[in-house]
Amino acid sequence: MENKGLTKVDIIFEKIDPKEVLIKAYKMTSAEIIQNMLDSGLKGRGGAGFPTGLKWKYTAAEKEPEKYIICNADEGEPGTFKDREILDRVSTKVHGGMAIAGKAIGAKKGIVYLRGEYRYLLPKLMIELASFHKMIKEIGFDFSIEYKMGSGAYICGEESALFESIEGKRGEPRNKPPYPTVSGVYNKPTSINNVETLVTAMMIINHGAKNFTQYGTKDSRGSKVFSVSGDTPTPGIFELELGMTVQQFVTEFGDGDTKAVQVGGASGFCVPRKKFAETIIGFEGVPTGGSMKLFNSSRSMYNVLHNYLDFFNEESCGQCTPCRVGCQQLLKGVEKVKKGEAKSTYLNELIKLADSMKIAAKCGLGQSVGNAFKSIVGNFREEIIY
Amino acid sequence: MYQVGNLVKELSDKHGRVRESLMPILQDIVQKHNYLTDEAMVEVARELDISAAEVYGTASFYTFLDTQVKGKYVIRVCKTITCSMKGKSEIIQTLEDMLKIKPGETTGDGQFSLIETNCIGWCHKAPAILINELPYTELTPEKVSEIIKDYMQK
Repeated sequence: MENKGLTKVDIIFEKIDPKEVLIKAYKMTSAEIIQNMLDSGLKGRGGAGFPTGLKWKYTAAEKEPEKYIICNADEGEPGTFKDREILDRVSTKVHGGMAIAGKAIGAKKGIVYLRGEYRYLLPKLMIELASFHKMIKEIGFDFSIEYKMGSGAYICGEESALFESIEGKRGEPRNKPPYPTVSGVYNKPTSINNVETLVTAMMIINHGAKNFTQYGTKDSRGSKVFSVSGDTPTPGIFELELGMTVQQFVTEFGDGDTKAVQVGGASGFCVPRKKFAETIIGFEGVPTGGSMKLFNSSRSMYNVLHNYLDFFNEESCGQCTPCRVGCQQLLKGVEKVKKGEAKSTYLNELIKLADSMKIAAKCGLGQSVGNAFKSIVGNFREEIIY
Repeated sequence: MYQVGNLVKELSDKHGRVRESLMPILQDIVQKHNYLTDEAMVEVARELDISAAEVYGTASFYTFLDTQVKGKYVIRVCKTITCSMKGKSEIIQTLEDMLKIKPGETTGDGQFSLIETNCIGWCHKAPAILINELPYTELTPEKVSEIIKDYMQK
């Protein structure tokens, strides 16, 4: 495995002349923009990691004239706060990435779906959007962006639930296929990308795909903005090259007593101290949308797990049985084991339930509850029981 | 309870009488009054020509589209892991003592509602709360009591 060490990078928040980059993109063909994304190896920065170039390629290939580019700013994963910071500090780059994506896939309309918790940003974003619209009109783009607000539902970060919400319905995920590239919002071909992905795409146009590939590893190209919180002397937002080990991360951000790091939020994985050195942060190891939570030895991992299960229990949309009932039973189950009302071997039954949810749940929420559950129970079993 | 008056008509004119306007219309009502009354939801259904059940079904899915009476200032305290580790309980305790209500309740004068909520995206500055749409971060019991005193005088 490649190991790149911990290197701080400044791409996302780097000061650039956005107009210059957009003029450059405007002169490129759709195919050239898509080829740049494919060459860069960029994978989606929201957590799932689908190759951005492919997503754009598939959407571009659709014959339907009405298409959409959506910026997913429904950042709800516990421990993630980088999209808020990106929108607050460099919204023009987010809007710019959308215009470039629009050119690539042939969409004239962009929608930013912003979580309700970030509504306080809206007045500022509206002012910045107005000057952005003026700028791209001068360049010649036939493209406009509107904002749609969320109203406090974690599930709406799931792409098809987000479409439902934009359409004015309950945020319940759809069956797939059809995939969004074929039938997304308003049943039109849609490319939906994370806030950070869009900024990265604009910076790839700026610096070139080759420049981007010098960062990161074969499976995880480039750099990424990490949201660091928990037991750390330096919580905050840091852009780091992909490919470091958890140990290198902990050496930089830990408080000297780190016993576990939760990578990827409540739907991610818990890495215990004994696995810090061998675990790479990236798609070849533990993937993350940016959430990095550090826990020191004063923390009870039972409380951490209970908090996550309580979260999922409330945020499950309730549409499919495996997720609705599974979340309830996992929460009740660990409570019973903790109180001594169920034998410790009951945890094995709960692990089987988590495995079933991974197979049977309709969307990414229910499918990933088992990640945190199994990695916490697996590595800190004694803390769950006693 | 508030009277909706012409509000729903005005918002329907502004956003358009189509299904995708439902969320913006409900959000704007909540923006003004902090919760949705049955009367408001029935009125929205009439304007958009959909059933009231559709409106209620949508509203009740979203935690920020409250269908129960809420105060003028809705305090949402983040209860997710980092805020919970960094002193959420002390913040709740302070708010309970000052407002004489428990989470889920509204003060008798209709000024404040206290709610626990999931991650609001301020983990690096925990503990954090939202009062209506404004975030307040890196709170201590002292800090939060100063903030609430200011709101009490508004």
